[in-house]
Amino acid sequence: MIVKRNPLREKKRRWLNRFAICSLAGISLLGALPFLFISVYVVSMGFGALNWDFFTMIPKGPGEAGGGMANSILGSGALIFLGSIGGIPWGMAVGIYLSEYSRGKTSKILRFVVDLLASVPSIVIGIFIYGLIVMRYGFSAYAGGASLMMIMIPVVARSTEEMLKLVPGHIREAGLALGIPRWKVVLRIVVPGAKMGIITGVMLAVARVAGETAPLLFTSFGNQFHSRSLGQATASMPVQIYTFAKSGFYDWERQAWAGALVLVLFVVVINLFTRILLRPRGVGNEH
Amino acid sequence: MEVVSKWIPFVLERIMPGISSARRIRRREVNWGDRVFYYGLKASAWALGALLLSMIFLIWKMSLPAFHQFGWRFFITNDWNSVTGEFGALALIYGTVVSSLAAIGLAVPVSVAVALFLNELAPEWLSRPLGFFIEMLAAIPSIVYGLWGLFVLAPFLRNYIQPPLADYLGFTPLFSGPPMGVGMMAAVVILAIMIMPTITAICREVFRAIPRSNKEAALGLGATRWEMLKIAVLRSSHTGILGATILGLGRALGETMAVTMVIGNNPLISASFFSSGQTMASILANQYAEADSLLQLSALSAVAFTLFLVSLLINGLARLIVWRVHSQYKSG
Repeated sequence: MIVKRNPLREKKRRWLNRFAICSLAGISLLGALPFLFISVYVVSMGFGALNWDFFTMIPKGPGEAGGGMANSILGSGALIFLGSIGGIPWGMAVGIYLSEYSRGKTSKILRFVVDLLASVPSIVIGIFIYGLIVMRYGFSAYAGGASLMMIMIPVVARSTEEMLKLVPGHIREAGLALGIPRWKVVLRIVVPGAKMGIITGVMLAVARVAGETAPLLFTSFGNQFHSRSLGQATASMPVQIYTFAKSGFYDWERQAWAGALVLVLFVVVINLFTRILLRPRGVGNEH
Repeated sequence: MEVVSKWIPFVLERIMPGISSARRIRRREVNWGDRVFYYGLKASAWALGALLLSMIFLIWKMSLPAFHQFGWRFFITNDWNSVTGEFGALALIYGTVVSSLAAIGLAVPVSVAVALFLNELAPEWLSRPLGFFIEMLAAIPSIVYGLWGLFVLAPFLRNYIQPPLADYLGFTPLFSGPPMGVGMMAAVVILAIMIMPTITAICREVFRAIPRSNKEAALGLGATRWEMLKIAVLRSSHTGILGATILGLGRALGETMAVTMVIGNNPLISASFFSSGQTMASILANQYAEADSLLQLSALSAVAFTLFLVSLLINGLARLIVWRVHSQYKSG
C-alpha cells in the first residue's frame, strides 16, 4: 500500500509536537515555582527577625517586642532525641529483618504493614499516643517523643532495607563460608557495607520529624517556658510557630517566620548533605 | 518413638531455618548469638504489626461513646456543637473529600507533565535543578506551608485571583460569595502543591520502567516526540499513574497543619470554593487539645477513627496497584 504524503497533515503534526513540548516545559517550570516562592518568602521574612535573642530568650508576653524561641529549640531537640533513641534502632532492626531474613509471603505482609504505618496521618498517631500515654500521665516530652518515634520507624526501616539490598550477595556468602556466624556477618560486614546509605536514611527521617507539628499538638503540647523535666509539657519549634502564626501579634508573626526559616534551612541542608553523601564516587569526574 | 525423632529436624527447621542441617553435619552447639539476633529482629518486625492493630483498637475504643450516642447519624448530620452536645461529621467528610479531590484534579495533570518533561525531554542541566526543586517541595514541613499559605497565598488569592473569577464565573455556585482568601480554594492550592512531588516521583519511576526499545520503536516508525510520548509512554502507564494518584489522594486526606491554617475552620457545606470549610484532620488539630466534654473528645476520636480507616484503605489500594505494575514489568 502506498501512503500519500499529506503536507498539511505533516505540518499539523509538527506544530502539535512543538506546542506539546513547549507546554510540557512551561508546566514544569511552573511546577518549580512554588519552591522558589516559598523559600524566597521564608528567607526574606525570616531573616530580619533572626537575631541572637531568637536563640537565647524565651517568648515575651503577647504583644511585647523581643523574646525568642530558645525553649522551643531545646524542646525540639529533646523530642527529636527521644524519638530517635526509640525509632532508629527499631526501624533499623525491622529493615535488617526484611532484607536479610524474611522471605516469601511473610515479608510481603510485613512490608505492607510498614507501608501502611508510613501512610497513617500523623495527627492520628498523635491521637493514639494521647489515648495511650497522655490520658494517664498528662502532656509530656515522652509522649511527644513516642509519637515522633512512630513516624520515624517506617521511614528508617524502608531506607535501611533498600540500602542493605544493594550490598551484593557474594559478600554475605564469603562471610558465611569463613564460618562466621550469621549475625556477625550481618552486623560486621553487611551493615557497614551500606553504612552511608543507612546514615542518609536516618538523617532524612530526623529531618522529617523535625517539622512534624500535628502529632505534637496534644502529646508534648506546648510551653511558654523552659521545661524542667521530660515529664512536663514541652515546647517545640513547629508548635510554637503554629501558636505564633495564629496569634495576630506582629512581633510573634515575625518570629514565626524566623522559626520557619530555621526549620527550612535545617531540612534543606540535611537533604543537600545526603545527596552529596550518596553520590556515587567517580561520576562527578566523568562530566 | 522412632516416628517422633524423625520429625525433630523438620520441626527445628521450621522454627529456625538452617539449624537442623548444620547440627547434623557438624554436631556442634546451637549458635545462641544467631538465635537471639534472629528472634530479636523478628519480634521487632512483628511488633510493628501489633502496634498498627493496637492503634486501630485503641482509637476505636475511644470513639465508642460517640458511636453509641449517635450511631449512623454521626456520618449523615452536620451539626457540630459542643454546647448542645450534637456532633455530626458530614461537613467534615464533605470538606475532606472535596478539598482532596480538587487538589488531585489540580496536581495530577501538572505532575504527569512534569514527570514526562523531566524524564523524556529535558536536557540533564535542566532536569537536575528542576527535579531538585520539586523533590524539595516534599521536604518542606507542613507548618511552613501553612504559614506561607496564611500570609502569602491567601491574600494573593483574595486580591488577584478571586475577584476576576467572581466577575466572570460568579453566576456559577462554585465561585459565588465574597472573596475572602482564606477558605476552600487556598486549601486546595496548598494541598495540590504539597502532593505534587509525591505523584511526580512515582510517575517518574513508572515512566523509567518502560523499556527503551518501546520508545525507540515509536520514533523509528516516524512518530514525533509528542506522539511517541502518547503511544509508548502514557498509554502503557495508566495503571501506574492511577496508583500514584491514589497515593497522592491518601496524602491529601491526612494533611493537617497546612490545611488547618488556611481553610477557615468552619464546618460548612457550601458549593463555593470561596467559602471557608473544615476537614476531618483540621478539626482534630483545632479542637482535640481543648475539648470541653468527654462526648466531644469521643466524637473527635470517632472522626480520627474514620480518617484512619479511610487512609488505610486508600493507601492499601494504592500499594496493591503500584506493586502489580512493578511485578508486571519484572515478569514481562
